[in-house]
Amino acid sequence: MSILVVAEHDNSKLNQVTLHVIAAAKAIGGDVDVLVAGKDCGGVAEAAAKIDGVSKVRCADNDAYGHQLAENMALLIAELGKDYKYVLGAHSTSGKNIMPRAAALLDVAMISDIMSVESEDTFKRPIYAGNAIATVQSSDPIKVMTVRHTAFDAVAAEGGSAAVEAVDASHDAGISEFVSEELVKLDRPELSAARVVVSGGRGMGSGENFKLLDGIADKLGAAMGASRAAVDAGFVPNDMQVGQTGKIVAPELYIAIGISGAIQHLAGMKDSKVIVAINKDEDAPIFQVADYGLVADLFNAVPELEKKLNEVL
Amino acid sequence: MKVLVAVKRVIDYNVKVRVKSDHSDVDLNNVKMALNPFCEIAIEEAVRLKEAGTAEEVVAVSIGPKVCQEQLRTSLALGADRAILVETDDELQPLSIAKLLKAVFDKEAPGLVILGKQSIDADNNQTGQMFAALAGLPQGTGASKVEIDGDTIKVTREVDGGLQTVALKAPAVVTTDLRLNEPRYASLPNIMKAKKKQLDVMTPSDLGVEVKQTFKTIKVEPPAERQGGIKVETVDELVDKLKNEAKVI
Repeated sequence: MSILVVAEHDNSKLNQVTLHVIAAAKAIGGDVDVLVAGKDCGGVAEAAAKIDGVSKVRCADNDAYGHQLAENMALLIAELGKDYKYVLGAHSTSGKNIMPRAAALLDVAMISDIMSVESEDTFKRPIYAGNAIATVQSSDPIKVMTVRHTAFDAVAAEGGSAAVEAVDASHDAGISEFVSEELVKLDRPELSAARVVVSGGRGMGSGENFKLLDGIADKLGAAMGASRAAVDAGFVPNDMQVGQTGKIVAPELYIAIGISGAIQHLAGMKDSKVIVAINKDEDAPIFQVADYGLVADLFNAVPELEKKLNEVL
Repeated sequence: MKVLVAVKRVIDYNVKVRVKSDHSDVDLNNVKMALNPFCEIAIEEAVRLKEAGTAEEVVAVSIGPKVCQEQLRTSLALGADRAILVETDDELQPLSIAKLLKAVFDKEAPGLVILGKQSIDADNNQTGQMFAALAGLPQGTGASKVEIDGDTIKVTREVDGGLQTVALKAPAVVTTDLRLNEPRYASLPNIMKAKKKQLDVMTPSDLGVEVKQTFKTIKVEPPAERQGGIKVETVDELVDKLKNEAKVI
């Protein structure tokens, strides 16, 4: 029973989510191969070969995969995937873009966002924005799936010594082109990998007010997030959105400020180890999941919290 | 350019979802149904393209039981010119829907197909990509901006690290993200007008597509409840708890 894991990377660095996807592969059981497709991505392939439990790394280094365009990646994955029983990717924007396309080319269904492996053909996944959990059983000969990375503990990045095998396949569909990329410059850790996340909601009142959270985030080395309400209101960009339609996070500490706790938001953060909520509405649903709730006006509480953190840390 | 928009009937996003006591599914009896929010954004984008003179015709298509006509009428009221229902009572999985859309695409030959990035019931985020694969079309998923310049469709996508822009050769597939636009409300005169617009009904066998299911849902449960904790009175108490009790700072 062999499994192909599609690695996520930017041609220079392997994305941490891949370690979680490999953990899901190990939960299924069998040989785990990792596909690194990109341009000048040899370093990523070397890093993937060191991951604990990887049998083989298949490296497709070609112009066609430089920007991981779905049209080209899916052709490659469909060609290689034929020889596997499972093809797994992360349930990230990249995985969501590429994996269904590959599944359709293989003429099989896809199971999105799996959060547990019940048996070799049965998996659990959230539906209705996390309001229900479905157990699904697949009868496809090749199971293509994306993995909710927060549901599986990462495997060790070191300890393996897999062989790296070059894949000589150039699939350029010739129908799409990369134009540009505007990546938000992060002076903070990435949301889905951060140990601490500080998120603001509609209660922040404006985009300007999100600056209030900087001091706390800086002090705690936290990533900054937001609720969909804050994104919809135009306070902050969409890539900060935590929730079912945004990013799924599970940090050690999640601090929700001015967030009421719509189910949509809870679905994206309720696996956090410790949740803190600061909200002036004592009936806000966020308090039902918070380990520590503080009923207070955030415009008083946040500066005070920053001051206190500066004292004790 | 003709624009085809695929829309889905789903539970209204304001309705609280409850799991049936026999754990077979969620309870959809006597529940308000609506146009999937991401599909509403898809219709809006197509209608704006028409208003801008870029698109000549907007065709809405839905696949499912007869009642989906309601959502097609909504789409018509929002500005679509005509509608197609591929009527079936069979359980539909994304790959089958993609195959049916491919058959509709072959008949209609649009220059652009717009879909929502996901439906708020199954949350799959698959159909647009699968359809694009089967039709051999390029795709721009999770779009926050769409610009059309002749045969080139430039799509700005919401990606994990920020934004990515790709140029697609028409015909192409776009799936919508939340910030692409803010959908309008249907006005009463437009709702009335929509009743007279053309709505064609066909079946999967008319289109020569076999609907099949390759996975089954064997159980649906409510999510594990997270136990709420305590309320603290002051910021000092909060910091003390985080430091000494939870030990996370």
